[in-house]
Amino acid sequence: MSRGRTWFEALVGAISGGEPASVLCADESVGGERARFLAVVPDPEAKFPRARGGELGLEEGWTLARRVREAVAEDGNGDRRTLVAIVDVPGQPYGYCEELLGLHLALAAAIDAYTTARLAGHPVVALVVGQAISGAFLAHGLQANRIIALEDPGVAVQVMSKRSTARVTRRSVEELDEIAEEVLATAYDVASFARLGALHRLIQGVDAAEPTEEDVERVRGALAEAIASASHDGSTDLSGRLGSPEARQHRGASLRVRERLAEEWSG
Amino acid sequence: MIAPARTRYTELSARERAAALLDPGTFRELIGPFERLESPHLQPQGIVPACDDGVVVARGDLDGERAVVLAVEGLFQGGGIGEVSGAKIAGALELALRAGERGHSVRPVLLLETGGIRLQEANLGLLAIAEIHAAIVALRSHVPVVGVIAGMVGCFGGMAITAGLCSHIVMTREGRLGLNGPQVIEQEAGVAELDSEDRRLVWETIGGEQRVATGMADALVEDDVAAIARAVRDAFEAGVPAEHRSAQVGRYEARLASIDASELLDGPALRALWSDDGRGP
Repeated sequence: MSRGRTWFEALVGAISGGEPASVLCADESVGGERARFLAVVPDPEAKFPRARGGELGLEEGWTLARRVREAVAEDGNGDRRTLVAIVDVPGQPYGYCEELLGLHLALAAAIDAYTTARLAGHPVVALVVGQAISGAFLAHGLQANRIIALEDPGVAVQVMSKRSTARVTRRSVEELDEIAEEVLATAYDVASFARLGALHRLIQGVDAAEPTEEDVERVRGALAEAIASASHDGSTDLSGRLGSPEARQHRGASLRVRERLAEEWSG
Repeated sequence: MIAPARTRYTELSARERAAALLDPGTFRELIGPFERLESPHLQPQGIVPACDDGVVVARGDLDGERAVVLAVEGLFQGGGIGEVSGAKIAGALELALRAGERGHSVRPVLLLETGGIRLQEANLGLLAIAEIHAAIVALRSHVPVVGVIAGMVGCFGGMAITAGLCSHIVMTREGRLGLNGPQVIEQEAGVAELDSEDRRLVWETIGGEQRVATGMADALVEDDVAAIARAVRDAFEAGVPAEHRSAQVGRYEARLASIDASELLDGPALRALWSDDGRGP
């Protein structure tokens, strides 16, 4: 069972009959607050063959967009439920059909929906339990105003698989590991990603592949805290990431560029 | 008859493209090359950095209205987005958003010649692109966000998603727009999936003419400075779309439902299917 499904079922319970079957979606309360949980999981019967292994493809992108927009439309100006993205995505599918049919737009649709929800005041929380790779993570997780991750060897945040990066940059896997020692952003482990300041919390000591009941309770508690924190500060943008102490240390250039732009903007 | 002189847009550098687009005499660069705000991450990997990190931020006017142009230089690291170049784009869009919130709209134009995230800066590029996406979705409710994909690099990866979020996309025939580049698909899925050397096939799949014909881009123009400058101004005149393309969920779900994934589909066949689905391309 994929980690995405494991955590979805642990937090929400098993569901059946989703269409398409690769996108799990259900509402459940967490910490007394309403939340919609979303996960992308493998579906061996998926319509597009290259997206059968849990990749975030055409159907997954547009379906996430529909499910998120449904919640925004239903809640209107009332009590806005939280959106929880359970992240275990190996990347986007590499295929001819995908490009022809506008995979970039399907991912944009999911990003548009999550961002629209966040701007409307829905807390958006990402829970990273497995791989968080590239376009798939951009579409499902990176627009959250709070990102929580489990510290576990199977949790990885990167822009391309190590094997593919080696081929594209014409370097060996060993060379890439050496570079990662020096250039933090090229590392695959989630502890290195945490040092870039985009995480709200890194949870240690939880078995991300086969969680115990106690593990699930701890994560539920962390979700409730993240939702309360997002609701409390009222900010609907991503500025918290650059405001973190870690970002001041490891994203100095991102901050310096913004300072200079602000100084020179009006001329 | 002598044909009127034309200046090929794709022969210009990013800085020249930005200047050529703005009203004459209004170009003003922010964080110019003499400030030498370079990527701190390339030298340790044996790569010579560029003094503008491959992105030009220019203020100026379009039809007398205040504007900001973000031009990616495709010749530097394939237009890859790193920490500095990404922060220049995200930061400028965030300032345009602040201006828009105060009622002073600034017209944002993105000149997209980019392979996406610069692999050498990996997760810093990823975070920067997420911030670009966030800023565009917030900004485009105030003012249209216009993207131009002229060539020769094309627009791929996380920046293709950026294009997908834009209000209007202007393309030339030479321009290409897709998530995974043809070479990456061939490398990852094999030559039987896509032969990246087959230029006709590649352009029939992700080229400007195809994208405009199937409604995934808005205007097809010649590789000509005047034509592109006019198309960008027209896009702002058209205003903020009633529903952005990336929000047209019902339409695109219906479009996908009309596809039989077990049948061989190609560019011309898709045009026949999708240029006639009720709302036109």
